Amino acid sequence: MSWGSLENFLAMGGYAFYVWGSYLVTLGLVIAEIVLLALRKRSALARLRLHGTAQGGR
Amino acid sequence: MNWFKYSSPQTFFPLAGKLALWFGVLAAIACTAGLYLGFFVAPTDAQQGEAYRIIFIHVPAAWMSMFLYLVMAFWAGLGLAFNTRLSGMMASAIAPTGALFTFIALWTGSLWGKPTWGTWWVWDARLTSELILLFLYFGFLALQAAIDDPRRADKAGAVLALVGVVNIPIIYFSVKWWNTLHQGASVSLTKAPTMAATMLTGMAVMAFGFWFYSIAASLMRARCIMLERERASDWAADYARGSA
Repeated sequence: MSWGSLENFLAMGGYAFYVWGSYLVTLGLVIAEIVLLALRKRSALARLRLHGTAQGGR
Repeated sequence: MNWFKYSSPQTFFPLAGKLALWFGVLAAIACTAGLYLGFFVAPTDAQQGEAYRIIFIHVPAAWMSMFLYLVMAFWAGLGLAFNTRLSGMMASAIAPTGALFTFIALWTGSLWGKPTWGTWWVWDARLTSELILLFLYFGFLALQAAIDDPRRADKAGAVLALVGVVNIPIIYFSVKWWNTLHQGASVSLTKAPTMAATMLTGMAVMAFGFWFYSIAASLMRARCIMLERERASDWAADYARGSA
């Protein structure tokens, strides 16, 4: 499959809105999930450290 | 190898971390290869033009939405039957990723349906049952979030998850049972696929990519849940201190 030019590739034969609307939303959601997981882990660890110091170093 | 060794959060936690990393790497490789096949190798569809390229995420996402529900219900059922701690955590860890893929399947289906069917949405059997799947995931998550005691939340969620399993064959066979708008399966176990080989390969590679991603994301979430629920334990405190 040869697109010829970047313009042709981005135009997706006139279906750019539908094709890129699908791919970009999917990509955005996947990135959001990964970021949320990283934040969740960070806050879980922060809570554990706080809990540890409250018990006197444990 | 003693598999029961990994049935406790303490021993499963480091293993899950390693597995999540490797499956994440595999997911990145498979998705890159799948997108390359989908955009640069697969030809233009004679009827749908370039709009058909949405199927490279739509079909794998729809497969994952059903498959993840079955895996979630499996873990939920195991937890209900044997009262194992880790099973409920796994079920809870899978649910948000399952909901994500269900939403992606509906969203991309809608964007595919507009140029090819002429409508964003129709109350077709396949679409309606997939929407019910999204509500089942939301119901599972909301029910678990509403119950403070994690063990009780697991049990209530497990019952909902198991009852909802009945929806999966309905989604899968909906295109056979009801003759509505959504087309029949292009890929099945009993017939030769009705699409070009390169299109099929691209879709299969993307499906593997989504599958590996789901494993990685679920394991990452399972690790968070373990740290949250086992916060009174020594191993969790030690890990938190070690990673400071």
